[in-house]
Amino acid sequence: MRRNPTLRMLGVLLLLSLPLLLAGCSSALLDPKGQIGEEQRTLILTAFGLMQIVVIPVIVMTLLFAWRYRRSNRDATYTPDWAHSNKIEAVVWFIPMVIIAFLAVLTWYTSHSLDPHKSIVPAEDQQEPMEIQAVSLDWKWLFIYPEQGIATVNEVAFPEDTPVRFRVTSGSVMNAFFIPRLGSQIYAMAGMDNDVHLVADEPGVYEGRSTNYSGAGFSGMTFEAQVGTQEEFDAWVEEAKASSNSLNFPEEYYALASPSANNEVEYFSDVPSSLYEQILKSFHAGGNHAEYMEEYVDNSAREAIGHGGGHGESESHGDESHSDSESHGEPMSAEAAE
Amino acid sequence: MLGKLSLEAIPFHEPIIMVTVAAIVLGGLAIVGAITYFKKWGYLWHEWLTSIDHKKLGIMYFLVALVMLIRGFADAIMMRSQLAMASAGAEGFLPPHHYDQIFTAHGVIMIFFVAMPMVIGLMNLVVPLQIGARDVAFPFLNNLSFWLFAAGVVLVNISLFVGEFAQTGWLAYAPLSGKEYSPGVGVDYWIWALQISGIGTTLTGINFFVTILKMRTKGMTLFRMPIFTWTSLCANILIIASFPILTATIALLTLDRYLGMHFFTNDFGGNMMMYVNLIWAWGHPEVYILILPAFGVFSEVISTFARKRLFGYGTMVWATVAITFLSFIVWLHHFFTMGAGANVNAFFGIATMIIAIPTGVKIFNWLFTMFRGRLEFTSPVLWTLGFIITFTLGGMTGVMLALPAANFVLHNSLFVIAHFHNVIIGGVVFGMLAGLTFWFPKAFGFTLNEKWGKRSFWCWIIGFYVAFMPLYVLSFFGAVRRMQSYENGDWQPFMIIAWVGAVIILCGIACTVIQFIVSIRDRKKNQDVTGDPWGGRTLEWSTSSPAPFYNFAHLPEVNDIDDFWDQKQRNGGKAPLSKPPYQDIHMPKNTWEGPIIALFATVAGFALVWHIWWLVIVGGIGTFAAFMARVFREDVDYYVPAAEVERIEREHQQRVEMQA
Repeated sequence: MRRNPTLRMLGVLLLLSLPLLLAGCSSALLDPKGQIGEEQRTLILTAFGLMQIVVIPVIVMTLLFAWRYRRSNRDATYTPDWAHSNKIEAVVWFIPMVIIAFLAVLTWYTSHSLDPHKSIVPAEDQQEPMEIQAVSLDWKWLFIYPEQGIATVNEVAFPEDTPVRFRVTSGSVMNAFFIPRLGSQIYAMAGMDNDVHLVADEPGVYEGRSTNYSGAGFSGMTFEAQVGTQEEFDAWVEEAKASSNSLNFPEEYYALASPSANNEVEYFSDVPSSLYEQILKSFHAGGNHAEYMEEYVDNSAREAIGHGGGHGESESHGDESHSDSESHGEPMSAEAAE
Repeated sequence: MLGKLSLEAIPFHEPIIMVTVAAIVLGGLAIVGAITYFKKWGYLWHEWLTSIDHKKLGIMYFLVALVMLIRGFADAIMMRSQLAMASAGAEGFLPPHHYDQIFTAHGVIMIFFVAMPMVIGLMNLVVPLQIGARDVAFPFLNNLSFWLFAAGVVLVNISLFVGEFAQTGWLAYAPLSGKEYSPGVGVDYWIWALQISGIGTTLTGINFFVTILKMRTKGMTLFRMPIFTWTSLCANILIIASFPILTATIALLTLDRYLGMHFFTNDFGGNMMMYVNLIWAWGHPEVYILILPAFGVFSEVISTFARKRLFGYGTMVWATVAITFLSFIVWLHHFFTMGAGANVNAFFGIATMIIAIPTGVKIFNWLFTMFRGRLEFTSPVLWTLGFIITFTLGGMTGVMLALPAANFVLHNSLFVIAHFHNVIIGGVVFGMLAGLTFWFPKAFGFTLNEKWGKRSFWCWIIGFYVAFMPLYVLSFFGAVRRMQSYENGDWQPFMIIAWVGAVIILCGIACTVIQFIVSIRDRKKNQDVTGDPWGGRTLEWSTSSPAPFYNFAHLPEVNDIDDFWDQKQRNGGKAPLSKPPYQDIHMPKNTWEGPIIALFATVAGFALVWHIWWLVIVGGIGTFAAFMARVFREDVDYYVPAAEVERIEREHQQRVEMQA
């Protein structure tokens, strides 16, 4: 048959994809650095393995039946009117049902055990939990340390073996806070106080990012999670405290919230401990988000970022990039609308 | 006078867009010139544009879908090229403003203007024939549905060169799609294109729901309907139940954008989580609107070419009905990471997995249809085999995503992209191309070239695996969807492999185009004289190819599933031919109101996008007036004289006898 060589080609392609998966062993999800991520890896592999009970037979049967009962094979049985068998029907309902029943139990159990809102009870060799507040802005991450009185942009640090409760909200559109090596992500939404509990077992620098598309500067919404010993963390806090930048609300916070792409790492000392709550409240009834936006936010870089300007610079509100966007002739600015 | 519209709206500075526009304008002029030169305007208007014939509407749906497939694919290959380049600090050739429009347009076009019209086009072509009807229940509405859909297509394409398209992702999540964060006209194009075409889709849903329930021929009980008709019935129930949600959701977003309301804004009591819930309450049933008819196609194809009754007909029907119901209680699995509690997530996760049971049963039923059959490896069968394997893998990754605790690391990653292309290419696209090949002779009277059909299949399936397996791998590295560039250079080799896959798929599309050209060239040789080229089992094969405009000289009567097959068995393997005496046949007349209503609706949509209020009024009044003209028209039907029917039937019978 003519199909053979091409079929074999397909098989070879499928085989080729296997080493790719194996190469994935050094990947973030298959080589997690925290307890949550590890449990999630186990879950993914368990579910994957379990489903092979159906997937492999289906693929084998497809190829086998198609070949065996090909038109030219006159040796094979041919029963043109046979269309029902209680036994087969029972089996084809039963097997998927059993697997799904098993997966359903697994789903119920892991949905609870890996609920991102569930706090991690520190094990004996672990330290007391700490809290870090993360705010997604256009297009960067603001991290607030209420206990330490500092804040950072696009860099977060915490000690190893310390359960961390990340409270996550947004000062702009929806984003999602995710450090792949540590596990669960969670949406960041304005006015919503979301949270995710994570812990790192090993020191290292782990990449983090927003996974939920949020506009022109989205690709650059990455940050580094620096995990070290308690001493290293303390030193890092001291470094941030040494910064001369402050971050009061609303003026300095809204200046920071002005659109920028690929923002540099920034440190702020002298941060009000209630900053996170103030950001949340600004969107609630009686909040003044719209007013503050009007007053303090410089939106001029928004369009330039979309057109490839503003990359690699944290300060892209310059006149130059603005006129650049004008020359692109975008007709939808507020003036043009009048 | 022109609202927001000015010459600045035309993106002269974007060479890619300007070249595309130039090509479209030149191509359009060439077509217009050719029609004028060959004096075909009258023919086009009377035979096609105003036609209420469900078969012609089906063909037009498919034609538009194939053109839009090329547009949507152009977006795809640009995205893949950008990501193959924009690694480790490189910016690629598409800045975010352009790239973000492209991935939004790709999703919108592929779902609304490729997959939907393919599915609806196939239903148009096949369902009335399968149930032994002469047309749909509401022929004028059917024409109007098509033209409203076409209006959406026109608006999306205008956005390419007048203004911009949305930069929000295909579902335009609020608050990003609100006017605060998307002040441009892109989201407005998205809104009006989907609203206008969405009304058309809703009307189609109602039309086919009524058609299938009320217009089945004598003896065709629900449980004697062909499986494709069953899956179409369920898909139309889903359309009726879900599209109003989309319409209402977009209407609320429109109020936010146009009247400064706060349904989905960040502040003043707006709730973006409500938007996400509502849009997926439509969005999840939507994917089943696409896949169920594809399941129907595979069922017809596999039993026809295996020369065997479909295994487990009853099971197949109940599995379809179960999926229809379940598709409404799983929408939350699109956003487990929003942060609902563990109980809520677990409920929706388990509900989602339960769908895998009826789907798995369907797959086994197809396998046991092949079992002890006589399978002929035609290209529709290759698409079906490719589907079974590919869709099984896609279903598996779908179940992995349905585990909330696993979803917390897979959500928004390229895993999701790979998964839904796995099921949409492997399911919907394969299904529609199989259906196209299978029913093409019924529409045109000749079969498609098999050699090029098979080449197309191999390119598509190999291209699919090469393009999307690397994305599964990349998701494990932490790569997410909708990135315009990325820092990690290790990802680039996988991105380049994915690009190669897209190029192989391009070869597949090219093969399909060549297939059409070659088949039209050889149409005499491939003529389908009997109307039953494959040894079909259902009523559509009992009439001539192309089917006469009245479908059946005598309305058929059925006594069983696969009744036409039984008739042939009783008649010594040959299809019984229609016999005199013939009666006059009652048929609907063509109608100019459909295209005119849609024309004014397009004008109104365009004017709304650009805030040209006087033109909105003109468009609105025109739409209403044309609709009223239709409402008050009484001359909507006519009788085909029995003599005319006899003449057409005799011609067909003579051809059959000559061949024999």
